[in-house]
Amino acid sequence: MKKSIWKRFTEWVDGVAEEFEPEQLPQTQDKEKKHKTHSLDEQQRLRVFTIGYDIVAFIVGITVVAVLIFTIFQLPLFGCADNPAVNEVVQRYVENGLEETGAVNMVAGMILDYRAFDTFGESSVLFLAVTCVMMLLLRDKKNISKEEDIQQMHERIIEKESRDLILKNVTALIIPWIMLFGVYIVLNGHISPGGGFSGGAVMGAGLILYSAAYGVDATSRFFTRNTFRAITSTALLCYAASKAYSFFTGANGLPTGIPLGTPGAIFSSGLILVLDICVGMVVACTMYGFYILFAKGEF
Amino acid sequence: MAAFLEKVISLRFEIAAAILFGIGFMNLLLQKNLIRKIVAFNVMDSSVFLLLASQGYIDGRVAPIVTDGIREASHYVNPIPAGLVLTGIVVSVSVSAFFLALVQRLYKHYHTVNFDEIMILAKEKVD
Repeated sequence: MKKSIWKRFTEWVDGVAEEFEPEQLPQTQDKEKKHKTHSLDEQQRLRVFTIGYDIVAFIVGITVVAVLIFTIFQLPLFGCADNPAVNEVVQRYVENGLEETGAVNMVAGMILDYRAFDTFGESSVLFLAVTCVMMLLLRDKKNISKEEDIQQMHERIIEKESRDLILKNVTALIIPWIMLFGVYIVLNGHISPGGGFSGGAVMGAGLILYSAAYGVDATSRFFTRNTFRAITSTALLCYAASKAYSFFTGANGLPTGIPLGTPGAIFSSGLILVLDICVGMVVACTMYGFYILFAKGEF
Repeated sequence: MAAFLEKVISLRFEIAAAILFGIGFMNLLLQKNLIRKIVAFNVMDSSVFLLLASQGYIDGRVAPIVTDGIREASHYVNPIPAGLVLTGIVVSVSVSAFFLALVQRLYKHYHTVNFDEIMILAKEKVD
């Protein structure tokens, strides 16, 4: 009875290829014990292997550290200005960055203009990670068991009955400031330290705090899976479209038609503000998505 | 000897990064608990970030944000390691989340996070 490759693949993705009933667990352990007792020889070999593995791992670890420290002694000294890493690329970024990108924060100008494609890859990695986690943990019709349902119901009842008063009130006090700070970091990414990733992480932490204090049901009033899907895909598509436009015009030497503005103003530096907002949205949704998937398994 | 000590003190962050990498690597190899393996992996990530950040620093220079209209490259530290570390942190977060999700699925199947026990149970099932 051979299954087709595609069917086996879909079953593997859905996690049904490896049926494992918890009721059979004691039996297998018994079998394992029998197995162990009647082959002392194998036990001996296993012990030798374990000790050998530890010794080899220790030697490999020490060797790695020794090689690394030896290499570090060949590096230029800490804080040294003639470090070969400080080359003409850095000079170019620092000296021409302001007029070419319009960003006062050179790191933002670098990652969202010169190396914007790299940052697009990063956002996609986050999106891909949350998709994989969703694939593994989402409690849909193929990934449920009665035990878990009962456990979750218990947990929810406990959650509802014993809300922590201090946590609730303090959260109500500080949540607006956390979200405001996150928005500030995102919008000010091209002027001051910060940007899409850090601001998005702050906003995601705010969402996580809210749902930890008020329960997952409170958050799911305004943040469902559809919200998540809409925000992340819109942000990623917006990023891709705006950067594709600027790559196309830039590579062909056409005028982009996007004003760079006065450096230091909030509406300056062309596309960087838009890209920062996109990245911030993706990161905030991803952080909250990770939390909610691990905590509850569903949006 | 004095020169050697001076070098060690000057390269203290890089040496700390190497030792942290070693700690993470050894724990990755020797721990049986899968959660601890993931923590060790994160320690290794952090050590790489420390190495990159310390190599980007230059004495007496300021963060790469244009202040007072100064545009000379000799006034600011290297901005490239900051961008690289940012990429690294994002990838590290994503990979850790993926690992943890896998461990949760393994726990649901085998009711343990001990790697050896999982291997024994998986082998029993094959037999």
